[in-house]
Amino acid sequence: MTDGRFEPLVTNLRAAWARAYVRIFAASREPSWILTETLLPVIGMCAYVFVYRALGAPRAFEAFVVLGGVMMAYWLGVLWSMGTQFYWEKQDGNLEFYLMAPCSRMAILTGMAVGGVVMTSLRALSALALGLFVFRVPFDLAQGWTALAVFLLTLGSLYALGMCLASLFLMYGREVWHVAHALEEPVYLANGLYFPIRALGPWGFAAIATIPLAIGLDAMRQLLLGAAAAKPILPVATEIWILVGAFFVYLGVAVAMLRWTENQGKKRGTLILRHQ
Amino acid sequence: MNPEVLEDTRWTGDSPAHAPPTLDLSRDGAAVWVHGLTRSFESGKKIRKTVVAVDGIDVAIGRGELFGILGPNGAGKTTTMKILTTLLFPTSGEVRVAGFDAVTKPREVRRRISLVTGGDNAGYGILTVRESLWMFSQFYGVPNKDSRERSELLLDKLGLREKADERINRLSTGFKQRLNFARGFMSDPEIVFLDEPTLGLDVESARQLRAFLREWMAEKAGQRTVVLTTHYMAEADELCDRIAIIDRGKILATDSPHGLRQIVSADRRVVIELDAGTPTDALARIAGVRVIRITTPSEKGTIAIHLGVSEGRAMRQVLDSLMVEGRAVHNLSTHDPSLEDVFVAIVGRGLNEDVGGDA
Repeated sequence: MTDGRFEPLVTNLRAAWARAYVRIFAASREPSWILTETLLPVIGMCAYVFVYRALGAPRAFEAFVVLGGVMMAYWLGVLWSMGTQFYWEKQDGNLEFYLMAPCSRMAILTGMAVGGVVMTSLRALSALALGLFVFRVPFDLAQGWTALAVFLLTLGSLYALGMCLASLFLMYGREVWHVAHALEEPVYLANGLYFPIRALGPWGFAAIATIPLAIGLDAMRQLLLGAAAAKPILPVATEIWILVGAFFVYLGVAVAMLRWTENQGKKRGTLILRHQ
Repeated sequence: MNPEVLEDTRWTGDSPAHAPPTLDLSRDGAAVWVHGLTRSFESGKKIRKTVVAVDGIDVAIGRGELFGILGPNGAGKTTTMKILTTLLFPTSGEVRVAGFDAVTKPREVRRRISLVTGGDNAGYGILTVRESLWMFSQFYGVPNKDSRERSELLLDKLGLREKADERINRLSTGFKQRLNFARGFMSDPEIVFLDEPTLGLDVESARQLRAFLREWMAEKAGQRTVVLTTHYMAEADELCDRIAIIDRGKILATDSPHGLRQIVSADRRVVIELDAGTPTDALARIAGVRVIRITTPSEKGTIAIHLGVSEGRAMRQVLDSLMVEGRAVHNLSTHDPSLEDVFVAIVGRGLNEDVGGDA
């Protein structure tokens, strides 16, 4: 074991990498995964593109769909691979290993997040490739680097939210399944994954206050589509600040919630006993 | 138990050679020091009911000890283990592990301990055995080089070498259990908590794990500590330096296996196989001899007389009596009282006569 004041940091980095390893390398050993993660998810996206084409909508709408498809993959990852993960770990008997280890729970969640981002990126890239090379959507890459930074910032905020959900779902046990389902479809709608969020009216603005997906998506649309991104919600700079704030707020809440959940679990005995 | 530095005067030399002759059982020196430990659970949604799983336990385990906690289901063994390993808060009492308070300094405790629970839970099925061992070591911050060396050693010692690159979800239950066991040693802990580690294991695998455990303890005698809960009397008897007998949340006795047997009786047990119909009155009249039981005649037409013989002179009188009367002795054996005898005497029922699920 490493000695010195950097020992906790080193331990946490090792723990995060080890947990990410399971997702990045081991998960790809299942051949069926390629099909379910790359081909199937883009089918829904294609449907929207064809609808817009049939209606003769501006080409920018197809770009909305492609960007939405990319970001939807990450939202699903956050919901199912981050939020529910500790619950599944508990059911499988692995949670005890994590609670017993001297590393931080946040290190484990960070590992899950990094692994999740890498794995989900394959799915997101397949959506992007479809958009660029098959549908030939008109992206303007003049502000590509800024768009990339916004994308990473959005992921940071999203996965920090996922860490909050992980504690929440751990606490509520079996009901997690229904909660995750309940958050799936409404979020597609509320975040305007396949259409300009302005179409939602005031409710659209309310939605962006809770989930950073819409904000990030709107900023990326502005940066990659320029004037074609009709009626953005807020200026890009404001949206960037909101994303930065969301990242820190969600991260802080996640740390506090994890600590609270663990202490409650230790008091009640619910974390170590399965099916509770 | 008085938590002071004391000499373990009950040490009899019949336990494994690695056991130290003196034990520091003080609050800060002991590997595990528990005082007034109580844990209760609330159960029932409509009518709240309080179940006391651990009821005022005091125990001190010295560094270098292999300490057994023996008790039936529902005795409080697992709850105690979870508290010692920082997974549960106690309702009251003080718990110190490796010199640190398990409630207020859990991270310090976790750096020094590991827990292996019985069963075949060995992590993610998609990882190979080698990868799984590496992964667990990383949660403890073990450098890769050390992790590799330890995993290679454990693969050999626990008979996992041929399965090293196989995915866990393709392993048999026995191999998964071995892997689960190996996992607990990857961080080179000071104290290992083993909760029914051989539960459901085949005889050969269980023997291999026990042999490894003895070897591991001997490697750093006096520094490594094992706390073991088990159902198996023979396992506790074979491995443990001291054993605590626990029932309904209370520790009823703590001593070396030899010392525990002394609680039941100072007698040696003698079994004499004689022809059926042999009078046994003369044996019962010998001073220092108790007839414990006489078996029914066997197919060979013999009976076995179980005697408790308190001293050597009495044993000689037993033999003289048989020779004088010209009885045919088919077999004669002597042994100490077993732990099973001890358990029944202390708890009031056998280990397998359960009273409910384990707390």
